[in-house]
Amino acid sequence: MKPRELVVILYLTLAIVFIFLPVAILVQYSFQDGLVPVPPFRGFSLRWYEKMLANRKLMEALGNSVVVGGVSSFAAVTLGFLAAYGLARGRPRHAGRLQFGLMAPLTVPYIIIGLGLLSTFGALGIDRSLLTVGIGHVVINLPLCFAIVYSQLGEHQANIERAAHDLGASDLQALLLVTAPMLWPTLLAAFFISFTLSWDEFVIAFLLSRFDVTLPVVMWNMLNSGLNPQLNAVGTLVFATSIGLVVLVAMLLMSRGGRRG
Amino acid sequence: MRAGGVGGLTRWALWPALLWTGLLFAAPLMVTLAISFTEHGGGAFTLDNYSGFVTRSDGAFLGALLNSIEVTVIVTVLSVPLAYPLAYVLAYQTPPRWQRVLLVMLILPFWTSYVIRSYSWLVVLSKNGVINQVLLAAGLLDAPIEFGNGRGATVLGFVHFFVMLLTLTIYANLVQIKESYRKAAADLGASSLQTFLYVTLPLSLPGVAVGAFTTFVLAIGDYITPQILGGGRELLLPQAIMLQIERRADFPMAAALSMILMLVVSAAYLLFARHLKMERV
Repeated sequence: MKPRELVVILYLTLAIVFIFLPVAILVQYSFQDGLVPVPPFRGFSLRWYEKMLANRKLMEALGNSVVVGGVSSFAAVTLGFLAAYGLARGRPRHAGRLQFGLMAPLTVPYIIIGLGLLSTFGALGIDRSLLTVGIGHVVINLPLCFAIVYSQLGEHQANIERAAHDLGASDLQALLLVTAPMLWPTLLAAFFISFTLSWDEFVIAFLLSRFDVTLPVVMWNMLNSGLNPQLNAVGTLVFATSIGLVVLVAMLLMSRGGRRG
Repeated sequence: MRAGGVGGLTRWALWPALLWTGLLFAAPLMVTLAISFTEHGGGAFTLDNYSGFVTRSDGAFLGALLNSIEVTVIVTVLSVPLAYPLAYVLAYQTPPRWQRVLLVMLILPFWTSYVIRSYSWLVVLSKNGVINQVLLAAGLLDAPIEFGNGRGATVLGFVHFFVMLLTLTIYANLVQIKESYRKAAADLGASSLQTFLYVTLPLSLPGVAVGAFTTFVLAIGDYITPQILGGGRELLLPQAIMLQIERRADFPMAAALSMILMLVVSAAYLLFARHLKMERV
């Protein structure tokens, strides 16, 4: 082996170790047979998984996170898709400025978006709830969904849409029966990216929620009351679930690709 | 004839997103701006929050801003050179089939929760943690050192995340550079170092700029990483904002601090703007 290849492999290995280190430790200490998830490792136990499953607050938060993530991502993808379609096909004047405006939230820190919504909702007398958290998450994910879909809307689809129109489809029919199915992998990707970001978002969820909270907020509260291996168990569960989802999506997309030949 | 025809739907399709962004993003920003000019508790117009930024709490706010800028610049400057070779190796020196596997491996650890990931670093860096064990075993340390709870730990937590993000953006840019450019350079007698310096590197700068700007915005606005890993040794701007909201319910001061944070981000945007092409993000 040439020394240069050796350096390359060494660098890759070190990078992978660095990237996996905290997660490996996290998973290891979810099996800790002791009261705190810190070294030394006292042996293998599943008790923290039992405790986690019996923890109502945690399980409720898990459910809340799924609902908030699912609903807000669906809304963000729908709004983003419509906007991308309108911008690409309508060719409005000032298209560049409109695009810039739609993507502006990407350059503003979440804490500022959260504070702004908190003040605005407060002034309007709207109570904090999972709904307000979801609204905040649509604000941060809409620009991303829009950008993803917009980048994939090309002339290729426009021609097929025109063909659909010539065959008598209405705008809405063409949009729902022709454009959306053609973009299906892109829409799915946008949904999953949006869901991941919502799922893991802390500061907006923290500022805009009150009694019902999402998973990151409940974990934050638990963390502030002391180290607890239940947190590691949740982290491991989330990690395992996301890997499962990724494999599922990959298989879904691959089977589609296979059928197309 | 179809009512409306082509264009009816396309014309209104933009509106829901524009309205959403206007009402729930732009308007709240304006509300925050307005609140930053009001008295705490009273509501009368004042510039106190901005002058208080310099004078109040023995200059702790100004210190928080400087700390934030320092930490963010350090994080960006460390992450880019760590990520670039990784992206380069992935894009050009890894067989295509392995590229995907390695990319997924790279992202995988970030699908655990972000709160928990930060606190895992705390465990790794603790006196009994892996790092101390390795250093002690190698004879590089005589007694264990606490590496967590401080600026170093905050920077490490940030670098961990942003090396991944930057590797992705730079990789995405590198794979778009046509191989024929590099071949042409080689045919014209350029060494591999020259090809890199005069062809590949300049062409990949947009990717680096997008990644570096994203890193800057996300890092300077982040609350969790410094709050968990910083150990309360120093205050960063997002922590100062949260303190005003949570402990003191001083929304005007929190709003003023937010506007100052916005100003810094805008300055960074102008700095990077030459290389950023929004439509290609």
